[in-house]
Amino acid sequence: MSGATPVLVTGMGVAAPTGLDTETFWRASLAGQNAVAEHDGFDVSRYPCRLAGRIRQFDASEHLPGRLLPQTDRMTRLALFAAERALSDAAVDTGALPEYGMGVVTSTACGGFEFTHREFAKLWAKGPHHVSVYESFAWFYAVNTGQISIRHGMRGPCAALVAEQAGGLDAIGQALRSARRGTALVTTGGVDSALDPWGWVSQVSGGRVSTSTEPEEAYLPFDERAHGYVPGEGGAILVLERADAALERGVSRVHGVVSGHASTFDPPRGSGRPRGLRRAIEAALSDAEVGAQEIGVVFADAVGVPQLDQEEAEALRGVFGPEGVPVTAPKVLTGRLSAGGPPVDVVSALLTIRDGLIPATAHTARVPAEYGIDVVRENRAVPVRHALVLARGRHGFNSALVVSAGDVRGRHG
Amino acid sequence: MGVRAPGGCGQKEFWDLLSSGRTATRRISFFDPSPHRSQIAGECAFDPLAEGLSPRQVRRMDRATQFAVVCAREAVDDSGVDLTALEPHRIGVTLGSAVAAATSLEQEYVVLSDTGRNWLVDDSYLSPHMFDYLTPGVMPAEVAWAVGAEGPVTLVSDGCTSGIDAVGHACERIEDGSVDVVLAGATDTPITPIVVACFDAIKATTPRNDDPEHASRPFDRTRNGFVLAEGAAMFVLEEYEHARARGARVYAEITGYATRCNAYHMTGLRSDGREMAAAIEAALRASRTDPGDVDYVNAHGSGTKQNDRHETAAVRRSLGSRADRVPVSSIKSMVGHSLGAIGSLEIAACALALDHGLIPPTANLHEPDPECDLDYVPLVAREQPLRTVLTIGSGFGGFQSAMVLRRPGGVRA
Repeated sequence: MSGATPVLVTGMGVAAPTGLDTETFWRASLAGQNAVAEHDGFDVSRYPCRLAGRIRQFDASEHLPGRLLPQTDRMTRLALFAAERALSDAAVDTGALPEYGMGVVTSTACGGFEFTHREFAKLWAKGPHHVSVYESFAWFYAVNTGQISIRHGMRGPCAALVAEQAGGLDAIGQALRSARRGTALVTTGGVDSALDPWGWVSQVSGGRVSTSTEPEEAYLPFDERAHGYVPGEGGAILVLERADAALERGVSRVHGVVSGHASTFDPPRGSGRPRGLRRAIEAALSDAEVGAQEIGVVFADAVGVPQLDQEEAEALRGVFGPEGVPVTAPKVLTGRLSAGGPPVDVVSALLTIRDGLIPATAHTARVPAEYGIDVVRENRAVPVRHALVLARGRHGFNSALVVSAGDVRGRHG
Repeated sequence: MGVRAPGGCGQKEFWDLLSSGRTATRRISFFDPSPHRSQIAGECAFDPLAEGLSPRQVRRMDRATQFAVVCAREAVDDSGVDLTALEPHRIGVTLGSAVAAATSLEQEYVVLSDTGRNWLVDDSYLSPHMFDYLTPGVMPAEVAWAVGAEGPVTLVSDGCTSGIDAVGHACERIEDGSVDVVLAGATDTPITPIVVACFDAIKATTPRNDDPEHASRPFDRTRNGFVLAEGAAMFVLEEYEHARARGARVYAEITGYATRCNAYHMTGLRSDGREMAAAIEAALRASRTDPGDVDYVNAHGSGTKQNDRHETAAVRRSLGSRADRVPVSSIKSMVGHSLGAIGSLEIAACALALDHGLIPPTANLHEPDPECDLDYVPLVAREQPLRTVLTIGSGFGGFQSAMVLRRPGGVRA
């Protein structure tokens, strides 16, 4: 966006099945460490799908004050944890910044689902008087935004968006627009967890979850063997700041620049009109004022469903030409995290720019030639200045975000 | 605009109810409310087949989605805009909802769990639509399909300010040039045992079960909680020149919007109204409106002890001496509190008030509360020429939102 103050990423916090801090997560991504395993949270053997990407070493009581534990679902605990890490990474003294200049924009696809499952059970087994006093706000989709706002004293524009997987990227896009409109700092991203029995079968009901029992073969996006995805839990929170505000508070280290965003919606199937992903990519590039040839890597949505993979490949071919850009999906190691997935990909994109190293799509081996895309199958050392992150949501949501190399003065190139 | 509200169907009946000061709050009929502390609600008479939805649409859509789609169609008809003549990607959808598909979630839960008996739910009873109740991206998607939108489509879920924030979000997308037309508004159908129990648990809803018709008493000394309700309102929002070029009938111009968070408590409000005042001040600044030019304030006025005090303080703090003279009223006294939807219903009420030069009253206000000392237009509507009105909302999570609407000058054909 020409003439606008650049919007920087000054902090990142990750809560992923492969790591609870950014560097551990990144090392696991580069090492191909797979967090997909049998879901052992309950007896999963009675259901048709068994593999999940779970976070195993998260003890909320180590990270959150005790009073927050009874009132929060697991996904809110993960969000509060990631937000605290991101703000600490950004070295923000929130007390020293204007309270109305700090906003929060997050996405969750499922809300506090395990918490609410327990309350539904109490209501129907025991009666309304047994429902928790916290249910009214532990469940709803705005809970993570509200809790982060309270914990860090952020009183500026706040919002919560839902668009299944795409919502996690739309939230960062909304944070970008909020910063462009004048909000100095926006805490943004997405986190999800719905791995209780009801959440699990509800995810399975979508018909796209892999029935495989082999962790290395269950989620194979862009592979000719693709047959679905593995659900996971977690997400990431980022701190976005206007460059002028970051300069003023003396920020020295910047992870990168959020250059542009766009989202579109698909026409109904059978309409004969083109799908919307290509247009979302082109609009995001235009918003970022970055040419397609300048994009060094694409973090794909990579559902792992043949028709959807083929459509994503077609959009990429259309914009970048055949094999025109490296395409990767390190999310195969964590599973798809609903609204939490795209913000984790944004973290990966920024670390790729930092290290000049594209993480591989670990388990994908045989990409159909007609896809015409260059899927990164071994970590690839290559300088990257601009990266494109894609996310789609069930029923036709398309979201595209461009991040770029930069420092506190803005983008390099 | 398209409206579905308790006490009548459609815009005309909605306005008839508001301008007459009648109330639509009754004992809950959707289920036996006798185990609940609060047994009152504002229910809508709504027959989806008679409203033109197909049996398949009725089967797959949650009640809240049905409301939204019906209102969206009605809004398009009412606007006279020929959407098929526009580029689909220049049309967006922003839908607000606080609890989304809560009704369907509960219906499915009761079956899957065998009325709360089984934590390991029985997936042999799984609905293919369960995924869409788990994560409600499908709600704005259905609206997008109904109107042929292929631009940005999203669900804004900011709890009880969703109805203002969704319209505000849509305005920002028009301002930033992403779209020319947005179907924007909000829907909620929360009259289901789990939601009733949520608010029972924190005593937010009124226990005045012996007098349902007079149970919603904003600003009255005897108020003791809000009345839960359902409803929806959708608008065709158009960029000003776009509307003018086609000679559109214009209800109102949205001239300012702002949202702030209190960063204080997920459900509690400080009595000083500080952050809501900040939202009002920011919305007036965006609108370039002097407090002295505000002709009417459509209050959040939920009828809880703390809200009405908080809000009165916020109006005093932001409008200064104008607060002593400006009429303030709460339509929740008549149609109850439909959570995320009500903010859009209140925008509809403001637009109709501008159109008719009539301020809807605060029903059931017989005994003024000494702590609530504004002109609340008790019992009887007031005829008065209106040029600029302010609508405000407050919600769990700490959200405080404000929007300024102005009577269109010379735009109206």
